[in-house]
Amino acid sequence: MTDQPNRTFREVTAAEAVGLAREGYRVIDVREQNEWDAGHVAGATLVPLRELPERIAEVAPDRAAPLLLHCAVGARSGRAAAYLTQLGYTDVVSLKGPIDHWKQQGGPWEEPAQLLSPGQQRRYARQVLIPEIGQEGQRRLLDAKVLLIGAGGLGSPIALYLAASGVGTIGLVDDDVVDESNLQRQVLHGVDRLGMRKVDSAELTLRGLNPETVVTKHVERLMADNVERLIAGYDVIVDGTDNFDTRYVLNDAAVKLRKPVVHGSIYRWDGQVTTFVPFDGPCYRCMYPTQPPAELAPACSVAGVLGVLPGIAGMLQANEVFKLVLGVGETLAGRLLMFDAMGTTFDEVRIWRDPACPACGEGAATAATTPEPANVASAVGA
Amino acid sequence: MSTVRIPPVLRENTGGSRSVEVTGGTVTEALEDLFARHPALRDRVTTDGQLSGFINVYVNDRDVRYRDGLATSVGPEDTIILLPAMAGGARQA
Repeated sequence: MTDQPNRTFREVTAAEAVGLAREGYRVIDVREQNEWDAGHVAGATLVPLRELPERIAEVAPDRAAPLLLHCAVGARSGRAAAYLTQLGYTDVVSLKGPIDHWKQQGGPWEEPAQLLSPGQQRRYARQVLIPEIGQEGQRRLLDAKVLLIGAGGLGSPIALYLAASGVGTIGLVDDDVVDESNLQRQVLHGVDRLGMRKVDSAELTLRGLNPETVVTKHVERLMADNVERLIAGYDVIVDGTDNFDTRYVLNDAAVKLRKPVVHGSIYRWDGQVTTFVPFDGPCYRCMYPTQPPAELAPACSVAGVLGVLPGIAGMLQANEVFKLVLGVGETLAGRLLMFDAMGTTFDEVRIWRDPACPACGEGAATAATTPEPANVASAVGA
Repeated sequence: MSTVRIPPVLRENTGGSRSVEVTGGTVTEALEDLFARHPALRDRVTTDGQLSGFINVYVNDRDVRYRDGLATSVGPEDTIILLPAMAGGARQA
């Protein structure tokens, strides 16, 4: 390819180009895919400049065919036209000047598919700017359904941030009412909500934060006989319960239905967070095959918990939810993150899939009946 | 000396200490030294002389179940982490 435009092709204004296109000139856009995605000439063919040598014979086998090349302002299309002329193309023109002029002259134009409404673009502007999110990622968040087991200490900050960021559906499983002793950490609720069901209080708060988020209330306790029904309709499950029976029940159902579970637990000054992705990483039973005795697993109501602890652990969990829904980054699957608020330290240990795990191991019934590993990015959001 | 990290639920058995320096070339020897220093810990983490199933033991970030179990070697720079499952969260279900 030459850097010196060869003058045997013709440069045309937007007004001429629109006329030529109407006469039957084939429009070839030599910009990049991302430029094309932001809007393009209707009926044009995208062949980025650097792909031209490789693809032109296939795209335009007839060298006598009339071709109208364009880019953003005319530089790349000039080089492309010169190149094609050298190859022996006989009727090549290049649009000179900004492509906006084409639109102003009434040339046919196709706007990109709008994934977000103008209101959504404004509301979520700061995160749509992030390359890993963009409009497509925001759309995934808006379409995502996330179930929180518990609307208490961990559930509060998680629900607030998921709703604020536009997660479309937040399910809450909780049959408790707001108690004064909750308010030190359960920031979804307030003094005017004492005695109110937590799911109702949560709904009021979340609606005020983001009316677009649908809050689905499940006023029940998660148990073996309702767990599959509760989690079936959701993409990601967030576990913030305080007893082992529930955690094992949830784990086994989540493995069976292949739902990723973001796990958080807290005790006084310490928190643990990890993510279980069935068959891609270990499950809760792989990590803790045996349940500890009750005295080693006291609830917050007995042991106490620092108010910010569920905030910190909950934010880490919410962050995991975002990555699972967006299909980006590295989750905590296979790693247990341990936070010590007293020393302000983070440590992690590796956790492994146990081949003998009764839930997800080689001999497990669910593993035997479900041949393909779950793909998180396709399992959620899309 | 290697370091044993004491989980929060067991700190009442170490006078509140979050970590204890111990000697020993294997996990077993290190834990024996730990129990000698803090006798109350023995019954909290062992059952019939065996480490209880609900306590995970890591040398640095590796679970000893996937190494040589309690015979896993421990060096002076290593950290042993005792990790029982924690439950805490919402009072739900």
